[in-house]
Amino acid sequence: MKAEEDESNEEVEMVEIFVMGKRYKVPKGLTIMTALEYAGYKFTRGCGCRGGFCGACSTVFRTKDEYKLRMDLACQTAVEDGMFLVQLPFMPAVREDYDVEEVDPEEHDNVLLDYYPEVARCVSCNTCTKACPQDIEVMDYVQAALRGDIERTAELSFDCIQCGLCSIRCPADIKHYHMAQMARRIHAKYNQPESDELAERVKEIKEGKYDEEMEKLVNMEREILKKRYDERDIKEEG
Amino acid sequence: MKLKKLTRDIDFMDKVEELSGQSLNSCIQCGTCAAGCPFVEDMEILPERVFKHITLGNIDKVLENNTMWICAACYTCSVRCPRDIDIAKIMEAVRQVVLRANIDMVDVDEVENMEELPQLAVVGCFRKETG
Amino acid sequence: MEGHLYYPGCTLKTKASDYEDSAMKVMDKLGEPLVEMDDWYCCGAVQSLAEDDIMHQIAPIRTMCCAQEQGEDEIVTLCDMCYNVLRQANDRMKEREDDLETMNEFLDEDPDYEGGVEVYHLFHLLEDMKDEIEEAVETPLNDLVVAPYYGCMLLRPDNVAIDETEDPEIMEGLLELLGLEVLENPKRTECCGSYHTVNRSDIVEKRVEDIVSHAVDEGAEAMVLSCPLCQFNLDYHQRATEFEIPVFYLTELMALAFGLDIEVKNHKIDPRSLLKEKGIVE
Repeated sequence: MKAEEDESNEEVEMVEIFVMGKRYKVPKGLTIMTALEYAGYKFTRGCGCRGGFCGACSTVFRTKDEYKLRMDLACQTAVEDGMFLVQLPFMPAVREDYDVEEVDPEEHDNVLLDYYPEVARCVSCNTCTKACPQDIEVMDYVQAALRGDIERTAELSFDCIQCGLCSIRCPADIKHYHMAQMARRIHAKYNQPESDELAERVKEIKEGKYDEEMEKLVNMEREILKKRYDERDIKEEG
Repeated sequence: MKLKKLTRDIDFMDKVEELSGQSLNSCIQCGTCAAGCPFVEDMEILPERVFKHITLGNIDKVLENNTMWICAACYTCSVRCPRDIDIAKIMEAVRQVVLRANIDMVDVDEVENMEELPQLAVVGCFRKETG
Repeated sequence: MEGHLYYPGCTLKTKASDYEDSAMKVMDKLGEPLVEMDDWYCCGAVQSLAEDDIMHQIAPIRTMCCAQEQGEDEIVTLCDMCYNVLRQANDRMKEREDDLETMNEFLDEDPDYEGGVEVYHLFHLLEDMKDEIEEAVETPLNDLVVAPYYGCMLLRPDNVAIDETEDPEIMEGLLELLGLEVLENPKRTECCGSYHTVNRSDIVEKRVEDIVSHAVDEGAEAMVLSCPLCQFNLDYHQRATEFEIPVFYLTELMALAFGLDIEVKNHKIDPRSLLKEKGIVE
């Protein structure tokens, strides 16, 4: 395959990738996701926000120079020469059913362990932490759950986007992200103080205070909507 | 759970000696281990008989009986064996041969009264009875 | 650092909080506080004995490394099982240099463990503080008859034993300082059933019947120990027997003798009626 030429007649640098063993040349600078699409694959699942936020496109890959099996989000990872790729897998993990009214931590010594007993198999190998694309201290929050510290589990796992990479190679078969989500729900419901402002806002919504504005937005023309989005008020960082 | 056959083809005695670092032929069948074991009443065959069966190649006999799963790794046998065999390690090796063949002896999801159990018990049980 | 670097283990935070609470109070009173490690990991409860096993040694060695990075070279545990695992794993990895090197390479994001940390149990500390303990006793527990119970993990295997494996005296010595009448408990080094409490509680019930009946035959009004799993087994599973004697952690009795209050959150057999009867609490 000869190098592609773009409109300004400059040569675009290409890299060689392997998708499930089949070789392709794709432009350097594409992400794994767009490189797969460039190679002709179309995503019907595993493709979400494309912005590193929804956790749908978690994937595994290797490069021919490194022995390590790597994991990351396909929409956020640039392709490298000699990368071995796969379809975007779905991380299988059943979320335990529970009634949020019945999991008061005051009434259970270790409610997380009750629903996710495999947490007791953790061997502190750190595979989960190394896999996390959000730089979360995953092993630390599993350890916190094991000792019944729901608050710490909730706080450490706050940035989780539910991509599932932590769980796919766990030797103890733990479902980290589901367990942590339960911790955050319990912590928010039972430990955190209630927000009066939130209750007030929910009431307003139910009373229809925002119905008219929502109607307008839903029926707005796409171009005008885009413009309004670009010009919206953004709070300063810090 | 009665196991008739492992899914893998291995030399059982070699594997047990390798994983335990103990020599099974050193056992003189004196029975001191069984005499001191607090759990021997619930074992289907006595510890020293297990070792004899392994040396004779009677793997089925070992796997069909519950001895290594009743063992609680209390080390009483190890400290008393007159031949200085670390018996606890041999029991562990037999357990490991089974667990490493992807056979678990306890279903993590089926534990009753999880709420009341201290973490020590659950972590210990899963470590000895799951792979 | 003022005091001793303390490794709690998972159970001390919930199901054995009475032990941690009383131990903290006692060590504060003795002027040698327990200071929890900044970071620590579940030890695994039972030592993995297979010759080729490195993976299950990772968790204990991570904890050693945490102590190392805190600049300390000694860890103290309250829990017997944690003591046993941490000590066995630590000794094993220090002895097997090749394995330690493999592990250090695997833990490539963490500092290497240099092998310089030692593991102790609370009893090691208390053994050296007998004078201070005697001085701190305000209300000797004179009327109470107790049977000390060691279980397995402090005494076996030989290389980690804190006292004579078959005939230990360390707990008896400490209990006598509190004014208690300490019985000879013939079954004090026999296993309580350990983790079989999870799915073979029938085995634990037999062991508890055996251990408690012998203690009661000798005249015991209560048992004393230091292992949270033994405490749970002997306490919770006494319901399958005809007995109902409280099972104390050593530090709970020490706290009472020092005139301090104890929380009673974990006990299934409520010790308060016995303590009231003996005039130890109101």
